[in-house]
Amino acid sequence: MLQIKKLHKSYPIGNTSLHVLKGIDLSVEEGEMVAIMGSSGSGKSTLLNIIGMLDEADSGEYILDGLLIKNLTEKKAAVYRNKFLGFIFQSFNLINYKNALENVALPLYYQGLKRKERQELATFHLEKVGLANWAHHLPKELSGGQKQRVAIARALAANPKLLLADEPTGALDSTTSHEIMAFIQQLNDEGKTILMVTHEEDIANMCKRIVRLRDGVIIEDKKINQVRAEHYV
Amino acid sequence: MFRFLFDRDTWQEVFDSFNKNKLRSILTMVGVWWGILLLIGLLGSARGLENSFNRLFGNFATNSVFIWGQTTSKPFKGFQEGRQIRLSLTDAKKVEENVEGIEFLVPRNQNQATVIRNFLSGTAQISGDYPLLDKVQKKKLINGRFLNQADIDERKKVAVISEDTYKQLFEKDVNPIGEYIQINDINFKVIGMYEVGAINIGSSTEINIPFTTFQQIYNQGDQIGYMMITGKPEYDISQIEQDAKLLLKNLNNIHPDDKRGLASRNLGTDFARVTGFLTGMQFLTIFVGVATLIAGVFAIGNILLITVRERTKEIGVRRALGATPFEIKRQIVVEAVFLTLVAGLFGIISGGWILIGLDSAFGQGDDAVIVNASVSIIVVFAALTLLVILGTLIGLIPAFKATSIKPIEALREE
Repeated sequence: MLQIKKLHKSYPIGNTSLHVLKGIDLSVEEGEMVAIMGSSGSGKSTLLNIIGMLDEADSGEYILDGLLIKNLTEKKAAVYRNKFLGFIFQSFNLINYKNALENVALPLYYQGLKRKERQELATFHLEKVGLANWAHHLPKELSGGQKQRVAIARALAANPKLLLADEPTGALDSTTSHEIMAFIQQLNDEGKTILMVTHEEDIANMCKRIVRLRDGVIIEDKKINQVRAEHYV
Repeated sequence: MFRFLFDRDTWQEVFDSFNKNKLRSILTMVGVWWGILLLIGLLGSARGLENSFNRLFGNFATNSVFIWGQTTSKPFKGFQEGRQIRLSLTDAKKVEENVEGIEFLVPRNQNQATVIRNFLSGTAQISGDYPLLDKVQKKKLINGRFLNQADIDERKKVAVISEDTYKQLFEKDVNPIGEYIQINDINFKVIGMYEVGAINIGSSTEINIPFTTFQQIYNQGDQIGYMMITGKPEYDISQIEQDAKLLLKNLNNIHPDDKRGLASRNLGTDFARVTGFLTGMQFLTIFVGVATLIAGVFAIGNILLITVRERTKEIGVRRALGATPFEIKRQIVVEAVFLTLVAGLFGIISGGWILIGLDSAFGQGDDAVIVNASVSIIVVFAALTLLVILGTLIGLIPAFKATSIKPIEALREE
């Protein structure tokens, strides 16, 4: 599904440069649910951004679903993001003047689907996250958990191969966090590959594999016994 | 390529972003609206003024020249300098026969005289005229008729008076037609009265009598005061003026280089001076209007730039969701063009209203200051095209700005 070899990335800071990723090797199989952990500055977000094609590595190899991701033009990157990846952000990043349904339909718009198909697909995914009745509400009329569920529906709408979540529960209280995690686990049960960045132990323990980063290198990579989030709900 | 223009979603996006920044969008549109309004309003008024000038001069053949004799300044063919030149009917006939491009040639004689009627009297300019004068200098008759050929042939003692002369010699509400007035102790029967136009050469208290009658009572013989020449439209009046003067100098033994012997006044050049002024004004108007327009368009660009800055994160999200940079740019350009176009259309409509207002306030009646204030449809379309082009160009700046930020940086923006 995903292979990363000897990935390096550094950011220029003034005259010097900050070496953020110092040779990452990682491979993820289909159906896995991986938590990338680390303190701030460990390079976990950078890694996620490179995997998400939002950023590019300086050197190393990144293969997604058999496709070498290298020297992408902005246009190609946009098409790949749309086709392969679904993003879930800590701050939801819903577009505030569009209602829930329109937000979910947005990636489908960029896929070039017809309006009617978009509406149908978006409604289907909103139903899946249990927000069919909230379709015509603006984000500001929704609670944090509801917003994140809309964001998940949006990430799913384009039927991506890989779901990327950046601290998906970072802005939520623990009850809501567990609800969202239960939902993400359910998606994984259905076969979606999920990669998530978090610094919360209990959230990481709800994944099936934990990759720990420190100072730009992987210090631990282990499979764990998944803690089911339903137990907390 | 342009299918997106017919896509409901494109417009949904435009309206959404408009609604989100309503006040700002409207304020910016006011800039463009004002520019177009000024352009249309000023151009229309300038055109109205021009029309009104044209109408004023219209009564008076604008391609006309007056020629009369003065005293010579150079000795020639044995004649001393300082000789008084009087043109004659024979001269007039020769000019009419030999100079190319003459439409009418009207010889005139003029004199000041005291005019008496009963106990009222006044001073008037007495002109000896041919009926042809009416062709060159259209008389707006209030009562009666102008001179005719029979008056000339029979040297009738009849007079056509101007309205101002009438006011001097008649009590209010008296019909002047058929009444007698005394010019130099000779009785003349009034046969017509006319209104004096806004543009008038000479006195407004004028009395026109038959040329032949004038000849007789003032003992003028063959002499004339001056001749008025009107050129055919396709001929240059200055050329006619030169040819006629050269011929007249020849006939009257004036040195060809004598600048004073013959005098002339060319109405064509006078008129050209006024129309030149109007053209200058129109140019100024276009300049001011276009400058305002450009300022307005820049205001739109500025607002879009701020809007884009505020929407950095949204643009980042859209790109994470698969929007290509081209799609983002296209959307911003469409927004810019749409805003300028709508504002411009409003400007054209309200500019039209202003012209309608000007027309009903100043454009009614015979002596309107502004006649038919209007803007040609070509100018309107040119302004619209300019708006679209400027809108596109100005939209490109924020559009490139928006996509120059990497999606990752855009997403980090709080």
